[in-house]
Amino acid sequence: MPKHSEQPAQPGKLYVGRSLPKNDALALATAQELFTADYASEGALHCALLYSPHAHAEIRSIDTEAALAVEGVVDILSYKNVPRILHTSAGQGYPEPSPYDAVLFDRRMRFVGDRAALVAAVTLEAAREAVQKIEVDYEILEPLLDRRRAMDEGVPRLHGGEDHAKIPVVYEPEKNLAAEVQIAFGELEKGFAQAELVEEHDYSLPAASHCAMEPHAALAYIDQRGRLVIVTTTQVPFHARRIVSKLIGCPLHRIRVIKPRIGGGFGGKQEVILEPLVALVAWRNKRPARLVLSRREVFVATRTRHAADLHLKTGAVKDGSITALQMDCLLEAGAYGTHSLTVLSNVGAKVLPLFNKIENIRFHGRSVYTNLPVSGAYRGYGATQGYFAWNQQIDAVARWAGQDVVEYCKRWHIRAGETSGVFEALGEGKEGVSQVVQSCGLSECLDRGARAIGWTEKRDKRIRVGEDRVKGVGLAVAMQGSGIPLIDMGAAAMKMNEDGSFNLYAGATDIGTGSDTILAQIAAEVLGVPIEKIIVLSSDTDLTPFDVGAYASSTTYVSGQAVKACAEKIAAQILATAASLLETNAESLQLEAETVRDKTGKKSISFEEVATSATYNRDQYQIQAQASYTCQQSPPPFIAQFAEVDVDIKTGRVEVVRFVSAADCGRPINPVLAEGQIEGAVVNGLSYALWEEYRYDENGRMTNPRFWDYKIFTARDIPEMQTILVDSEEPTGPFGAKSIGEVAINGPAPAIANAVYDAVGVRIRDLPITPEKVWRALRDERGAVDSAPTTGRSAGS
Amino acid sequence: MTGTLSINGTELRISLRGDEVLLDVLRDLGHTEVKEGCREGACGSCLVLLDGVLVNSCQVLAASALGREITTVKGLGTFHEPHPIQEAFVETGAVQCGFCTPGMVLATFALLKKNPRPSEEQIRHALDGNLCRCTGYVKIIEAVRLAAERMASDA
Repeated sequence: MPKHSEQPAQPGKLYVGRSLPKNDALALATAQELFTADYASEGALHCALLYSPHAHAEIRSIDTEAALAVEGVVDILSYKNVPRILHTSAGQGYPEPSPYDAVLFDRRMRFVGDRAALVAAVTLEAAREAVQKIEVDYEILEPLLDRRRAMDEGVPRLHGGEDHAKIPVVYEPEKNLAAEVQIAFGELEKGFAQAELVEEHDYSLPAASHCAMEPHAALAYIDQRGRLVIVTTTQVPFHARRIVSKLIGCPLHRIRVIKPRIGGGFGGKQEVILEPLVALVAWRNKRPARLVLSRREVFVATRTRHAADLHLKTGAVKDGSITALQMDCLLEAGAYGTHSLTVLSNVGAKVLPLFNKIENIRFHGRSVYTNLPVSGAYRGYGATQGYFAWNQQIDAVARWAGQDVVEYCKRWHIRAGETSGVFEALGEGKEGVSQVVQSCGLSECLDRGARAIGWTEKRDKRIRVGEDRVKGVGLAVAMQGSGIPLIDMGAAAMKMNEDGSFNLYAGATDIGTGSDTILAQIAAEVLGVPIEKIIVLSSDTDLTPFDVGAYASSTTYVSGQAVKACAEKIAAQILATAASLLETNAESLQLEAETVRDKTGKKSISFEEVATSATYNRDQYQIQAQASYTCQQSPPPFIAQFAEVDVDIKTGRVEVVRFVSAADCGRPINPVLAEGQIEGAVVNGLSYALWEEYRYDENGRMTNPRFWDYKIFTARDIPEMQTILVDSEEPTGPFGAKSIGEVAINGPAPAIANAVYDAVGVRIRDLPITPEKVWRALRDERGAVDSAPTTGRSAGS
Repeated sequence: MTGTLSINGTELRISLRGDEVLLDVLRDLGHTEVKEGCREGACGSCLVLLDGVLVNSCQVLAASALGREITTVKGLGTFHEPHPIQEAFVETGAVQCGFCTPGMVLATFALLKKNPRPSEEQIRHALDGNLCRCTGYVKIIEAVRLAAERMASDA
């Protein structure tokens, strides 16, 4: 039976550390809230897209005559009538670290699903009919479908010409190289020469879809004063405004982006894909325009997790010390390079600092173009790929050294007060920011998680379950970050109403995570008022201050600090006004239960009286404030995740029967919401570990773009799950909090792979872990303990 | 063709084409609480009750629903008078983005009507047609259990 941990409220706190219901939950459960596609758009033009059926082609010509003749068709967009403005769809800070390699409509088609044209019509049926009637003459080009050959001589090139990087980074489209990152510490070869064991293996992970339940959608209209309003399924409303402005030539001050409720993002909506299209149609035609993608379009034509090949080489000596670690990574950018540099950096940056005592390290990564769907941001953001390989290497080294991997991880992981050179060496498109870890509960996570899964009773026991099934347990550890240091900025504004309530205007973008509630709890705690008195409005570029958006595990940590600082300014104003009314000094007063009290307890005045006086009666002014916060560092949350599997030795089927996550996210502001983040990430990770992958035919066409063929876990598929929150105190976080949005997706795949090895002695190094792969490995190994790495040498096992 | 659709107890005279899908007709009538997640009957976002039977409205021709009783999630409870299932979803943290929630609530309602005291296995089975990517289902299962307890003690 799934259970969630009971968390006491934070000591001395009233509203943080409590599992209050999300402030939009009842409105969502009763379906009062609106998602983008739910907005009424009377008279709107419906948009439909024509996609390239070829993986690589040049459009010789487009004939739209028959399409325009379809009744109700109003506009058709293509390379013929849309200005060619290079940009990246990546919703990142400016200037973006992703290459400027895309235009809204190009003659060159770079994958099956690339955008060839758009039809806007008075009905969806007319738009779709017209799409069918557009005649495109394609010159079919040889496609590049194998990322491992992308940099070979004589293979097709996808980009060139004016495509460029916006910041000084390695970008060589003439080699299909979208990004390259390299760092090195110590003396790698010397480290390997000292090693008594060298584990050297290849790992591979496929592309995957975010599968947010709400498909991407956008609506644009011109308001009464001629401004362009965009309602959209976005994680990045402010970046969307900036990018749309540039692409359609509409000044930024004439654009308003509204984020309604969002049906999940996971990185898939950190991309500005649909907004410029509806904006352009609305702007050109001075009519509303809407575009709602089908599930198939979401699969093919939005973004995926970067497929990856990793090559890891680990040298160790008998006591288990790692003498050298080499990590090479090849990421598949697909047709465009959105997020390809930063995801690549994070393969190293979020993994290598975890065992910070390894002195000899080399990380080398490349992201390459192929004629396949476009990769982008996806929860975990490279760390997921890195940890899949790294955790299996660690498991193998610990076994070889004759050490229990739980104890091994406890010995080697980074601790509070320690640092890693990797923090400073690897950033997001530039060097990173050095930091000393100030909170780390990973050892406690390891202990409590191990107890919960029954580690000592099950590890290395190969317990038989019936005739054909063998039990195994495996561990994976991981860290992530909390925002991007010196880049991410969040801001908030607040005002006080005369009844003692407050409006909170946050730039932060709640995409279903509950950040509107988390931010309200933070403000409520500072001001000492119930959460109902904090009225939250978030993510409207006209009404709220700036925020980079919901990504990089940043909202609680970065936007939360902005809200805290803002609320503290409000508190100071309340104290000053009360001091004047009570004829005392502010230092002698404190806030308590919606009242300002003299510390001696003799004088008091209610918030309502303070606000009413300030509004109407004396020295009138609006009690209001704003604050911004840029994170100076990115404190990592930590997690230990344990899988218990039953492996069927006849069929190779792996069933995950139990999964335990023990996470340190600092002091959680709302434990149930933190658990929800972990549980959702775990199930996404389990589903990716066992089932999910993009499959392509020989022409580069995705063959499984539907939920019937791209299966994700349902309630019936989940194991018994346990989530343990291990509190630590992060001094730089709001009320001690760190992030929790991403870290938990990193462990399921390696924990399962390690558990499969524990059960039956075979290592599966490419995802997904299908029955066929396990069956083949068992047949090949005949159940023997793995002693034959896929490449290179192994000094023993 | 023309006919009468009965939605959450309100009868509406409408005309429609034979090939129109119930999901589209409902949304066009303003019932945006019925969500479109896949249009292939694979995700459960568009679930409604048709004469009390759970159906994916994307897989039902609107014409076949004429004269029958359609219940959407708004027919179960409202913001001011929520159904115990909706309250249970709120209290357990089973609502994250909320896009799958209308379908989940209706699937729960259909389950508890048939089986007021479902086992965990039966809950998981009943929710098998509903996809959620946010919650990992743990708190949704908890919500169903809580709703079952409350509704059983109210009965």
